[in-house]
Amino acid sequence: MTLLILCDHDRGTLAEASLEALTFGRQLATDAGIACHAVVIGQGAQEASAQLAAYGAETIHVINHEILTDFGPEAWGEALTQLVRSVDASAAMACGTDRGNEVMAQVAARLNVPFVANCLDVTPNSEQWEMTRVQWGGSLLEDATLETDGAKIVSVTHHSCEATPAAAPAAGTTTVFSPELESALSRTVVTDRVVLTQGITLATAPVVVGGGRGVGSAEAFAPLEELAAALGGVVGCSRAVTNNGWRPHSDQVGQTGTRIAPQIYIANGISGAIQHWVGAMAAKNILAINTDAEANMVTKAGHAVIGDLHKVIPAILEEIERRKG
Amino acid sequence: MRLLVCVKRVPAPGARINITADEQAVDSAHLGFTTSPHEECALEEAVQIAEAHEGQVTVLTLGPAEAEEQLRYAASVGGNHFVLLPITEVDWDAQRTAAALTQAISDLEEAEGPFDLVLFGNESADAGGFQVGVRVAHALGRPIVNGIKGIDVAEGTVTARREIDGGFEVYEIPTPAVLGIKEGINLPRYPTMKGRLASKKAVIEATEPTAEPGGQKRRRLHRPEEAASTTVILGEGPEAAPAVVDLLEELGVLS
Ligand SMILES: Cc1cc2nc3c(=O)[nH]c(=O)nc-3n(C[C@H](O)[C@H](O)[C@H](O)COP(=O)(O)OP(=O)(O)OC[C@H]3O[C@@H](n4cnc5c(N)ncnc54)[C@H](O)[C@@H]3O)c2cc1C
Ligand SMILES: Nc1ncnc2c1ncn2[C@@H]1O[C@H](COP(=O)(O)O)[C@@H](O)[C@H]1O
Repeated sequence: MTLLILCDHDRGTLAEASLEALTFGRQLATDAGIACHAVVIGQGAQEASAQLAAYGAETIHVINHEILTDFGPEAWGEALTQLVRSVDASAAMACGTDRGNEVMAQVAARLNVPFVANCLDVTPNSEQWEMTRVQWGGSLLEDATLETDGAKIVSVTHHSCEATPAAAPAAGTTTVFSPELESALSRTVVTDRVVLTQGITLATAPVVVGGGRGVGSAEAFAPLEELAAALGGVVGCSRAVTNNGWRPHSDQVGQTGTRIAPQIYIANGISGAIQHWVGAMAAKNILAINTDAEANMVTKAGHAVIGDLHKVIPAILEEIERRKG
Repeated sequence: MRLLVCVKRVPAPGARINITADEQAVDSAHLGFTTSPHEECALEEAVQIAEAHEGQVTVLTLGPAEAEEQLRYAASVGGNHFVLLPITEVDWDAQRTAAALTQAISDLEEAEGPFDLVLFGNESADAGGFQVGVRVAHALGRPIVNGIKGIDVAEGTVTARREIDGGFEVYEIPTPAVLGIKEGINLPRYPTMKGRLASKKAVIEATEPTAEPGGQKRRRLHRPEEAASTTVILGEGPEAAPAVVDLLEELGVLS
C-alpha cells in the first residue's frame, strides 16, 4: 500500500511545489496508514532525489527513459501510470501546478479513474476519500467524495501548505524504474525552450500598482507606471483593462491572470470582483483608490482613499517628490 | 482545415459568489452567464486559424438548454457550426463530461470527417478540474498539451508555446492534435452587428448525451472563510496624499 508523490524538478533543481506536495503527502500517507514514496522523472532526477528523504520519502523511484529527458505530458503520464501499476500503488498525487495537474490528468485518463484536482484537505477514510478542493480559482470550495476501485489520483493546491522537512527523515532508498514507452509519445515532448529575461515579475514584485476600468485608457496608465517605478514595483491590471486592449494579458491579476503577493497592492479604479480578488488577496497590504466607497475592493482593503484616481495619483507622486527633495 | 472548440457556460459572479440552499450550485438567480475565459480565447484562436487557412469552426458544449446562449455568442464572433449536449443536472463530473464530449466528437467526425485541431480551455472557470481535455484527447488517441499561449499551424503539424517561469516551452505536435488554451493567447474580438444578426439565425444541433457518472461526487459547495476586514479611510481626494505616503514609508517601500 503506497502513495506515490510526483516531484517535479527542472533538470535536477526541485520545484518548491514538489516539497509542498511531499509535506502534504507524507501526512496523508500517515493518515491513510500507507507508505510515502517519491517519484522523480527525467534528466537530473538523480540529483533531485537527494533532498526528498529529508521531506519524508521512504523510497524514491527514479524513472529513466531516453524520451523523458525533457518534459512531455503524455510520456510523463504514461511513465507514471506504469509505475502505479508496477508497484500497485493505492494512490498518486502531485502539486497542483500546471505540470502537476496535467500529468495527473494523463495518469487518471490512462487508468480510467477519477482525478480530484487542487485539494486543500484530504481525509482518507478506508473505503473512500473525502476532500475539500478549490473551485473558481479559490473563490469557492467544494467538499467532494472520491469513489474508485482503482488508484486514487489527486493534486494538492499550490501554496496551500508550507514545505517543511519531516521531523524524522526517512530512509530515502533510491530505486530505478524503466518504463516501456512507445516512441510516438515523444510527439508532445518539449522541443525548445525560450528564456525571456525579465526584471521583477508581477508574481514576485514587492509593490504592484494596479489599474482597472476606472483608469479609462491605455495612455492614462502613465502616472501608474510612474508610481510603480518610484516604489520599485510593477503595474498590474484587471481583466476589464486587458479586454479593452489597454494592457497586455501578462499584467492581469486574478483567476485567469497572475497571483500576486506584494508587500502592498495599490488598486486604482478596480471594483474588486471575486475573480480579481483571488489574485490579489495574498498581498500583505492593500490600498484601494476608488470613487465608490462601497466598492468591494474598498471594503476589503486595509486602507482606502475615496476619490478620483486621476487626481489622487498625481498628488501622491508630488508628495513623494516633495519628501525626496 | 477543420477545427472544434469545447466551451462551457458558467455564471459570471461579481463581488461575491452566493450558493443555492441545497449547496450544490452557484446561485445564479441574479447573475449573467458567460463562456469560461480560457475557452473564449480558444474560440478566438480557432476563428483566427480558420480565417487564415480556409477553415470551419465547430463549437461544442455540454450544459443546460440555456447554454444555447453561449453557442449563439460563438456564432456572433465567427463560429460556423454549433452542437449542444443538453443536460438537466447542474453539472456533470469530469469523467462523464469527457465521455459525452468524446462521443459527440466521434459522431461529428464520422459524419463530416476528422478535425485537424480540437481546442479546450486549460481549465473550466467554475469546476476547474484540469482534465476534461486530457481525457478526451486520450480517448481519441490524440496528442494534447495544456497551458498553450501561442499556436502556429503548418501542414501536418502545429507548433505550440506554453508559458513557464521566465519564458516558454515549444512543442511540435503532429495533427490531428488537441490543445488546452490559456487566456492571453489573443484578445477575443467583440461581436459585430453583422455577427449578432448571423447568430440569431445560427442552427444549433442538439443531441442528448449519454454517459455514466464518474467517481468524483460533490457533497457541497461553500465559501472560504473570510478574514473580517476593517478599512482605514486615509482621506478623500488628493488631500489624502500625505497619509498615503506616510503609509508607504511605514511599509518601507519608498526607496
Ligand atoms: C470566469 C471569470 C474569470 C475572470 N478572471 C478575472 C481575472 O483574472 N482578473 C480580473 O481582474 N477579472 C477577471 N474576471 C472579470 C471580473 O469579473 C470583473 O469583470 C473585472 O475584474 C472588472 O474589472 P474592473 O474592476 O477594472 O472594472 P469595473 O468592475 O467596471 O470597476 C471599475 C471601478 O473603477 C471605479 N472608478 C471609475 N472611475 C474611477 C476614477 N476616476 N477614480 C477611481 N475609481 C474609479 C469604479 O467605482 C469601479 O469600482 C473574470 C470573470 C470571470 C467570469
Ligand atoms: N460542460 C462542458 N462542455 C464543453 N466543454 C467543457 C465542459 N466542461 C469542460 N469542458 C472543456 O474542458 C476544459 C477543461 O475543463 P475542466 O476539466 O473542468 O477544468 C474546459 O476549459 C472546456 O474547454
